Amino acid sequence: MAEFKLPAHSVVNKGKTFKAEGAKRVKRFVVYRWNPDDEKNPATDTYEIDLDNCGPMVLDALLKIKNEIDSTLTFRRSCREGICGSCAMNIDGKNTLACTKAIEDISGDVKVYPLPHMSVVKDLVPDLTHFYAQYASIKPWMETQSALPPDREMLQSKEDRAKLDGLYECILCACCSTSCPSYWWNSDRYLGPAVLLQAYRWIIDSRDENTGERLDNLEDPFRLYRCHTIMNCTNTCPKGLNPAKAIAEIKRMMVERR
Amino acid sequence: MSDLRTPLAKVRGLGSARDGTDHYIAQRLTAIALVPLLLWFVFSLAAVAGQDFQHVQAWVKSPFNSIALILLSIVLIYHAHIGLHEVVEDYLHEDVVKTIAMVLMKFLAITLIVTAIVAVLRIVLGG
Repeated sequence: MAEFKLPAHSVVNKGKTFKAEGAKRVKRFVVYRWNPDDEKNPATDTYEIDLDNCGPMVLDALLKIKNEIDSTLTFRRSCREGICGSCAMNIDGKNTLACTKAIEDISGDVKVYPLPHMSVVKDLVPDLTHFYAQYASIKPWMETQSALPPDREMLQSKEDRAKLDGLYECILCACCSTSCPSYWWNSDRYLGPAVLLQAYRWIIDSRDENTGERLDNLEDPFRLYRCHTIMNCTNTCPKGLNPAKAIAEIKRMMVERR
Repeated sequence: MSDLRTPLAKVRGLGSARDGTDHYIAQRLTAIALVPLLLWFVFSLAAVAGQDFQHVQAWVKSPFNSIALILLSIVLIYHAHIGLHEVVEDYLHEDVVKTIAMVLMKFLAITLIVTAIVAVLRIVLGG
């Protein structure tokens, strides 16, 4: 059953506040905290940040908190330039990458939560095990039967290569899938926008020889057809991609092959 | 023991149902068909509104109107059933509840369609 209310042990309380003494330009960061090692409910801690002494992005502020204010704050980050997808989280009500989200673009307090409707490992770290397993299930690699040319690469026309634009840029940050209500209610069986976009990336690749099998594996009321074109995925994608269009293309191919 | 299964085994589950495209096409076809049917129905209703019983009965009896009314009943209820089916699949996760809801919905849709057709036919064929 779809859940519209948080279970009692998931209700978010108000946590501690850390003041920034003597700062002129103060921005308040309200950050979701949950520690699996104590029995407490999650809480939002408030950190005041001196913007004159902090980098421009939300990730800079989180790093400043961890380095200077509260070393217990837990989050994932790696490349700090929007290419690894590690720091995907819900900032100011929208899933995005903390490293490419500018603090000055947010009015009022900066609310930072983990990606919605995922099990939380700790603080801002969601459990993406199932998401990655879904990615593995669509076989994200080239499948061929014909012998590969021994002396050169598999060639592809420029037009066919262009079909991968808008797909290959996906960094699997999970912002889109975790913004999708269909994925919230049915992620056990629905693959979600990110994985379907990746599936389409291999379906449309002119060098792949298993297009039909790939479509077979997606043709399912839950795996594919839970998408109701809600478009939250396209709206939230921090890379500006269009998963909804990729899903629509898959559905079009399902009809085309009848 | 289900927790000892690998994440990939859980995702693959019982495999793909190789189904859903028929639903997808039917939903769109019925939606297209409903555009002219509902436009005709709304304007016709406005035209016969306030008329006496004999007049409305004669309206139903005309061949075009009776055929269109039967078509509208089938397409409208079928389309509603497809929509409700999606809602149940989205929100009901308890197998027993889900199955009961699906079966009842199907029975109800068929009953409504048959009732509508019989009602029109009674007026057309009856006195």
